[in-house]
Amino acid sequence: METIFFLIITLVAIISAILVVTCKNPINSALSLIMTFFCLATYYVMLDAPFMAAVQVMVYAGAIMVLMVFTIMLLNIRVDASKKHSHKLIIGSIMGFFTLLDLGYVIVKSRAALPTGPFSGDMIKQLGHTELIGREIFTSFLLPFEITSILLLTAIVGAVILAKKKI
Amino acid sequence: MENLNSYLIVSAVLFSIGTIGVLTRKNAIVIFMCIELMLNAVNLTFVAFSRYLGNLDGQIFVFFIMTVAAAEAAVGLALIIAFFNNKDSIDVTDVNLMKW
Repeated sequence: METIFFLIITLVAIISAILVVTCKNPINSALSLIMTFFCLATYYVMLDAPFMAAVQVMVYAGAIMVLMVFTIMLLNIRVDASKKHSHKLIIGSIMGFFTLLDLGYVIVKSRAALPTGPFSGDMIKQLGHTELIGREIFTSFLLPFEITSILLLTAIVGAVILAKKKI
Repeated sequence: MENLNSYLIVSAVLFSIGTIGVLTRKNAIVIFMCIELMLNAVNLTFVAFSRYLGNLDGQIFVFFIMTVAAAEAAVGLALIIAFFNNKDSIDVTDVNLMKW
């Protein structure tokens, strides 16, 4: 049952990912990308990470994609089918194919380490995923968490400066 | 839980599709979306490994990647709008001021 579900989600995710690349209209690409994000959220739920799924839907499918769609509609660019692809189409496709071969080779040839950590599925279900993530982020990862806030501040300042009339 | 390898293969396929998009498309916003797709493929790998190894560090990393992606979206889209104001286009082939 879960395998069939996994296959369906995989099919939808890959088809919508291909649509992101091939659609002429950027709006259609954006909507396909949202579909892919939802599929990834489903994967996170299947991997016992419901908090990550919620964040994925809220931050990616919500905030970031709204920003993208807003920009597309603000700029209101004419769709020019003849100029859709660059002339590097064949080279790009070959490079992408080699990327896939490379990743596939790594996956086939390598062996993952044995599970070592203390977090099993039952434990996550019992304690709650959000609580475990919160504990980790505010104890072991406190310094990176604080640095993240500086990164966000920099991004805000950068966006405001770039949005000025005269750069 | 499904086999770890199936998640890794899905992630590899998504990453490759994103690579092809970045290399072949001309529209800057679509290139941007393809980069987001690649970031998400990596996120899936992180979460799958985190679940497999029973260690939550990978999911914290996904958290940070999402933060970086949000910052990147804000600054990148501001750059695209600034470029559009100057050139009336968002084709990456029109970004040629520094071309010799």
